[in-house]
Amino acid sequence: MEDILKIEHLYKHFGDISVLEDIHFSVKKGETVVLIGPSGCGKSTLLRCINGLEDIQDGRITLEGCAINPVDKKDLKIRQQIGMVFQNYDLFPHKTVLENVMLAPVKVQKRNRSEVEQEAGELLERVGLTSKKDCYPRQLSGGQKQRAAIVRTLILQPKVLLFDEVTAALDPEMVREVLDVMLDLSAQKRTMLIVTHEMAFARAVADRVLFLDEGSIVEDSTPGEFFANPVTERARRFLKTFEFEKQR
Amino acid sequence: MMDASIIRSYLPIFAQAFTLTVIIGWIGIVLSILIGMLSAFVLYFKLPVLATVVRCYVELFRNTPLLVQLFFLYYGLPSAGVRMSAQVCGVVGLGLLGGSYMTETLRSGLETVPLSQKESAYSLGFSKAQLFVDIILPQAVSVSVPAVTANIIFLLKETSVFSAISLMDLMFTAKDLIGLYYNTTESLILLVLFYICMILPVSFVGNWIEKRSRRNIYGD
Repeated sequence: MEDILKIEHLYKHFGDISVLEDIHFSVKKGETVVLIGPSGCGKSTLLRCINGLEDIQDGRITLEGCAINPVDKKDLKIRQQIGMVFQNYDLFPHKTVLENVMLAPVKVQKRNRSEVEQEAGELLERVGLTSKKDCYPRQLSGGQKQRAAIVRTLILQPKVLLFDEVTAALDPEMVREVLDVMLDLSAQKRTMLIVTHEMAFARAVADRVLFLDEGSIVEDSTPGEFFANPVTERARRFLKTFEFEKQR
Repeated sequence: MMDASIIRSYLPIFAQAFTLTVIIGWIGIVLSILIGMLSAFVLYFKLPVLATVVRCYVELFRNTPLLVQLFFLYYGLPSAGVRMSAQVCGVVGLGLLGGSYMTETLRSGLETVPLSQKESAYSLGFSKAQLFVDIILPQAVSVSVPAVTANIIFLLKETSVFSAISLMDLMFTAKDLIGLYYNTTESLILLVLFYICMILPVSFVGNWIEKRSRRNIYGD
């Protein structure tokens, strides 16, 4: 499979503080890549750079050879090819679920309304939200909101999907329903880049794991290898924080 | 002592002044809301150069009395070759003064919408204008309505200085009638009643719009 997304020697800093240093990797079409690492290591910033929400100071991000960051700010089309799902859902509170999903395809992509409505219906059914399509976000549970947010991104048919700790704000019993949607997407061979703290999920969904620490990629391996035999001391220490032992 | 027959005979004169005040007042208010929205858009997105222009405009008009602005428009501008009727001066003056208040009111409403709404809309490919109209403004309205209502009430009351440029508004009519016939009590009673008729409905409509615009977002 060919590389679809390329991040080349990316540097990002906020003022004097360096956040990302020489990030260099590419993602193959249909690949699910999981980014893990301690908080503050730059995972979310990396996703935001790929999505164009943050400027970068050096390097280049390309999608199928087209520069997406740095990019001409007016080029909105390229932005839609990268879909992003956020931690706090960020559905539009004044619109129903269906309106949330349909807004961008109808207003931005100028697609035919009834065609969009049909597709929205199919996607909402797939994530089990058909009965909620006329509800407002405030009437939904966290898990339902996040599933709706995923559909809102999917309907734009992005070439790459970015997930930024999408289950971090959810109650434990709702985490599962969202992760199942993502497992389903991964099985459909969607290209995905996932930031998560759910280690069991990361192991199940990932084709590849990138471990970030202090703004650099420290390890790049398969989930089997990474979780069983992390190479670096830093990764070992990080994974250790997810283990518990009874205090006697 | 109050004389009902005088009140009756004054009613048509006051009704005419009322109509004029309402028309000029509301055209000025609509203008002020339009100016306010455009200026708030400029400030919200911190558009270069334009944001500075808007800031100067707001400070200039918010910090000078309407009376002075009207004098400037009506007596000052003709010497620069710009001649406007008293009606047009009233509309323009009220629109510019109101616009400066509306700018700040609407801007503060826009700022209450979480930044993440902006980001998620950008990630879906929205342009600034689409983001503003479809996402930010509808959410800001419910927050801004009480303050916008207060501005409208303030502007309707400010119309009373129109009399200074000889616009036949309510205030002018009352002063005129008192000067001519000395029926002070009747004239003042009518003046107060007509102002209340003009302004009270604004409060009710404002409350209603506020409730309606909140319903979808926050529930009943």
